[in-house]
Amino acid sequence: MAQMSLDQKLAILSDAAKYDASCASSGSTRRDSRDGKGLGSNEGSGICHAYAPDGRCISLLKILMTNFCVYDCSYCINRVSSNVPRARFSVDEVVKLTIEFYRRNYIEGLFLSSGVIKSPDATMADMVRIARRLRHDENFRGYIHLKTIPDAAPELIAEAGLLADRLSINVELPTDRAVEHFAPEKKPEQIRKAMADVRLRKEAAGDRSHGGKRPPRFAPAGQSTQMIIGADGSNDATVLGQSTRLYSSYKLKRVYYSAFSPIPDSSAKLPLVRPPLQREHRLYQADWLLRFYGFELAEITSVTPDGNLDLQIDPKLAWALAHRGLFPLDVNTAPREMLLRVPGFGVKTVTRILATRRHRHLRYDDITRMGASMKTARAFVTAGGWTPGAMTDSTDLRARFAPRPEQLTLL
Amino acid sequence: MTRNVTLPRIGTAQAWRDAARDLLAQGIAPADVVWQEAGAPRGLFDDDTPGTPGGVVRVPRSFIAMADSVIWHADPSRFARLYHFLWRLREAPQLMSDRGDADLARLRGMEKGVHRCQHKMKAFVRFREIGAPEDARRSFAAWFEPTHHTVEPTAQFFRRRFADMDWRIVTPDISVLFEAGKLRFIEDQPAPDLPEDASEALWVTYYRNIFNPARLKVQAMTSEMPKKYWKYMPEAALIPELIAGAPARARAMAEAAPTLPPARMGAAQSQLRAFASTWDANEGGLAEAVRSCTRCPLHRDATQAVPGEGPPEAALMIVGEQPGDQEDLRGRPFVGPAGQMFDAVAAEVGLDRTKAFVTNAVKHFKFTPRGRQRIHQRPDTSEINHCKWWLEAEMAQVSPRLILAMGATAAQALTGSGDRLLARRGRVEERPGLPPVLITLHPSYILRLRDAGQRAEARANLAHDMALSRDLVA
Repeated sequence: MAQMSLDQKLAILSDAAKYDASCASSGSTRRDSRDGKGLGSNEGSGICHAYAPDGRCISLLKILMTNFCVYDCSYCINRVSSNVPRARFSVDEVVKLTIEFYRRNYIEGLFLSSGVIKSPDATMADMVRIARRLRHDENFRGYIHLKTIPDAAPELIAEAGLLADRLSINVELPTDRAVEHFAPEKKPEQIRKAMADVRLRKEAAGDRSHGGKRPPRFAPAGQSTQMIIGADGSNDATVLGQSTRLYSSYKLKRVYYSAFSPIPDSSAKLPLVRPPLQREHRLYQADWLLRFYGFELAEITSVTPDGNLDLQIDPKLAWALAHRGLFPLDVNTAPREMLLRVPGFGVKTVTRILATRRHRHLRYDDITRMGASMKTARAFVTAGGWTPGAMTDSTDLRARFAPRPEQLTLL
Repeated sequence: MTRNVTLPRIGTAQAWRDAARDLLAQGIAPADVVWQEAGAPRGLFDDDTPGTPGGVVRVPRSFIAMADSVIWHADPSRFARLYHFLWRLREAPQLMSDRGDADLARLRGMEKGVHRCQHKMKAFVRFREIGAPEDARRSFAAWFEPTHHTVEPTAQFFRRRFADMDWRIVTPDISVLFEAGKLRFIEDQPAPDLPEDASEALWVTYYRNIFNPARLKVQAMTSEMPKKYWKYMPEAALIPELIAGAPARARAMAEAAPTLPPARMGAAQSQLRAFASTWDANEGGLAEAVRSCTRCPLHRDATQAVPGEGPPEAALMIVGEQPGDQEDLRGRPFVGPAGQMFDAVAAEVGLDRTKAFVTNAVKHFKFTPRGRQRIHQRPDTSEINHCKWWLEAEMAQVSPRLILAMGATAAQALTGSGDRLLARRGRVEERPGLPPVLITLHPSYILRLRDAGQRAEARANLAHDMALSRDLVA
């Protein structure tokens, strides 16, 4: 076979990487290269350097080291039974692409994943070698995200965590049974053990020694995972239940939801019907409500009888419509935890309301200047000069927010 | 009397602060000040600005931070708006936290505009190499047109990031040059003629292939990457073509019939047999069997089952309730906070933990997630009964002379009842055909007691019972 050019390999190995949703480059240690001895910086907040027409941000060079893989996961374009073209980068090629793209301000860093070849340890060792070259030889101070191989030896994970900002391991599907069905070589309990190991190492690296010295930071931007939605029959309550367990068990920074999407040369095992992208969006909204708005899982998933989120309206609005008795709230007196439940109010808006009402009585106009979406919120609050009257209890309230049926048709 | 203040285009923030401080100190009202941007490139201060230094002026730190951004907004009214608000702040310093105030809302809006512009500049500036790639210090340049005057406040970001190379960002407004470690700003540069750059073709390849045609969300893209920036970005030229071709590509993927696996599949999968993982402990025997238990639904939520550990011929067996958060993560019994208390009390009474077989009545952690924590849940009778299978297997293997049952769950598993624990503790209970069971408290019960006196008493009771168990097997 003729040697492939770098351009051809890049085409194959970025095409193979696009199904990983994560592109975060935020939340790591602050560092820069002002000393003139290295390249790159990390400033806490991530930067999206471009957006693709699929609406996803491009922050990192997201590639596979190789798309050769011995596993046969039906949802994956790179499974061993697929006929996609295969390629493999050398260590030098990945390092060069990362550095040259970074110098031109295309990216924040590298997100490296890989198919499993030879053995989990051999694959992970090659990925660690790339990260080591970038950090030690190129003095690269940008962001590195490594997708770890669940079965890889703990000492490889230990080194990976010292080189990378973030580690991730995909749980792949919402239930163990689905993993067994669609990814027969993957072991859900092994994936959990690997996530537990990362959490323990991260916590150990946060403890000072007796001399008061801090050990080197381990995966300072934490760990994340990804779940494919809609390939198996799990409802949203199951998906979110899995997420809350993962957040609490392994202190994950993020759980990414990826609506199962058709892939080239797909397996006959997969369902023919793809889930609407809106489902993925609603899951992210619910995930946020659980983590930042004080909602309990059952509150969000009990609104509909089948345990799936309402696709037409967001989960907070759906909850509020089902609990109208609690509204309208007076923005001048309602406690923080209730203000957070007003559809159209975000965390920032609530903080601003609380700060301002210490000084004076809030009027409707004031709230409009605080970043609230009053089109939604006004049915649920009272403020100086405003009361929603019968609007809160009107039977057509839902219809005001739900999109018209024809707008629902997605591609 | 009207004061004219003319501010330079480079160093505007500091110049505005100096001028505002002086005006404020002299008590000059906003209505009497006319702010202007320097039309001519030179001159830090316009001549008619009175340079009389005033007294000390105190303003909230949050105002300074806001002003340092608003200054770079393109709106010519920004200087006057800032000064007007600063004037109001003298009488009402709490205004900074009044998010309903219309003046502040306007300034915050301008601040947001500048921040957004800075963010877009950090994101969408694209460098091309203008020197030779093999130069010791490489050299890059970019052409960009920011909406606001954001080059100066954003330059430090590029300096922190690209300190080992020379670079310049040329704009129709202010340009910034970083050469040999020195940063400088110049005004009114023409658009440079930038050479072709080979890495751009690779980047365009990446952009083309990272796009997923099965999920077209053009609106989401353009709201974050407005069209006005596309002309600086080599990859943006692809966008129309990618959008136009996406539906057909997605349809083709969906309609394609599944193919037969490639011939190499068998050979590739034969490698799987050699996949030994260090995680497979291969302990063999009972412990390994416990670890793969799926007898009840608890295994789905926990990380792993935690088998007992200790010498197989131990005279004393110690049984707790179930693994906790730490035990679940580590796969070993009694290593969390309760385990540490257990170890401390054992050390006090001279009980050697390594000589005992330590295990739990239930082998999987039962919990409910609450935010970032896992809240322990007591196992129910059905779970205890399911798991008794393993406890009995461990008892059969170790055949201890005495079992120390810590807490109600262990007592229930071993004696059939977890009731009236406080009354039963400290005594040995015998049942036909089974080793004698000494009932005691669970360390985590002691950790949960709020009252210091009660806690000390309970701890003393545990110590008493552990000492008793030590003596009984001695």
